[in-house]
Amino acid sequence: MPPAVVVTDLVKQFGRFAALRGVSCDFAPSRLYAVLGDNGAGKTTLLRAMAGLTPPTQGSISMLGTTDLRSVCGQVGYMAHPSLLYDEMSGMENLRYFARLYDVNTKDQRCADAIRAVKLDPSLTRPVGQYSQGMRQRMSLARALLNDPKILLLDEPFSNIDMRSAREMVSLLTGLRDAGKTIIVVTHQASLLEGAADEFVWMEAGQIVSRTPDLAARMEAR
Amino acid sequence: MNTIASLTRATLAKDLRLEWRSKDAINSMLFFSLLVVVIFSFSFDPTAEESRQIAGGLVWVAFLFAAVVALNQTWAREMRNQVLDAYRVSPAPPNALFLAKVLGNFIFVTVLQALMTPLFIVFYNLRALGPAYQLPIVAALGTWALVVNGTFFAAMSLRTRSREIMLPLLLFPISIPALLAMVEATGAILTGEFSAKFWIVLLAAYDVVFTIASLFLFGFVLQAE
Repeated sequence: MPPAVVVTDLVKQFGRFAALRGVSCDFAPSRLYAVLGDNGAGKTTLLRAMAGLTPPTQGSISMLGTTDLRSVCGQVGYMAHPSLLYDEMSGMENLRYFARLYDVNTKDQRCADAIRAVKLDPSLTRPVGQYSQGMRQRMSLARALLNDPKILLLDEPFSNIDMRSAREMVSLLTGLRDAGKTIIVVTHQASLLEGAADEFVWMEAGQIVSRTPDLAARMEAR
Repeated sequence: MNTIASLTRATLAKDLRLEWRSKDAINSMLFFSLLVVVIFSFSFDPTAEESRQIAGGLVWVAFLFAAVVALNQTWAREMRNQVLDAYRVSPAPPNALFLAKVLGNFIFVTVLQALMTPLFIVFYNLRALGPAYQLPIVAALGTWALVVNGTFFAAMSLRTRSREIMLPLLLFPISIPALLAMVEATGAILTGEFSAKFWIVLLAAYDVVFTIASLFLFGFVLQAE
């Protein structure tokens, strides 16, 4: 099966600072990847480049067989560190609006399903601004799932949420992986994905330094 | 099937709902315009004839400055929680977002004008001596000129550090032809001394040119880092 994502010699320069220095890698379909590394390693920049938010200085990204990322953006779900939600609207109102952007049919049903999938209540009328951080994170994941994407790009999905919610989220992600989605998770909480992720991708100073099937292998190599 | 029209409608409805709940833009605009009306009225205490001469400039400068408040707000809302990125990663066309923002700002400024016009009339003892039916046409064309450019340049200055200052710096010079046409047309209608038709045609041409240019360029502005 061809890779879902192929990154070739990717360079991203912010002024004189190189956030990515010739990253090349591929991500197979129906797999869950954890991208790890210290702050400033280039994880978020790589994810944003894959989402089409950061144009590369050099190199290319191919997703689902095309380098025209705009043409496949309807099949990609993106969850950022900020919630990407309107604080003044309820979760359902937010998702209804985003469903319009993705031309999702049966909007209300799909929105309610996405909210239930992250263990929130679709009938909650409170504005998102009044949600707890954990609820906001989960609603943000619901937004990313709304268009039933083939590829999910998640930036720090477990930050600021309690351990139980994080484990529930991991179990949801493995379920989605088993259902055929390719999932790339940027995180600092690697241990949460131990036993769940198919591969751990390690980044340092804008480069991929190793890819290991489990956490222990990398720790030993270090 | 999503069309630009349906996405524009959805985004406009969302923006109106957000403004209805927060009232950020309309409150600031109203307060600012009210201050201009009252302060100028008490500072100069003009006669009815003097009022007709200066009202065009006064009214449009007040609306221009007040509109800047709404224009900054409209994009600031998209920057909170980086919601704009959610639009950028979606397959929705950039022009739907731009048109919705322009229409939203047009509605906000029109509401402001509807509320402030009676106050202008009372405080400045205004009565049109020319064809008054042309005033709504000038108001609509002038407002469109302000908001179409304003929305575009507000989006351009979105990622700059001091966008509140950057927007007037970009917007005001390019609005001079439109502002001149608005002021002259309004003055012509109020005094009845000359025809406003040339200025109305100029304003309409300005609107067409800048609307097309903005629609053409907005995609680049939205996708810029």
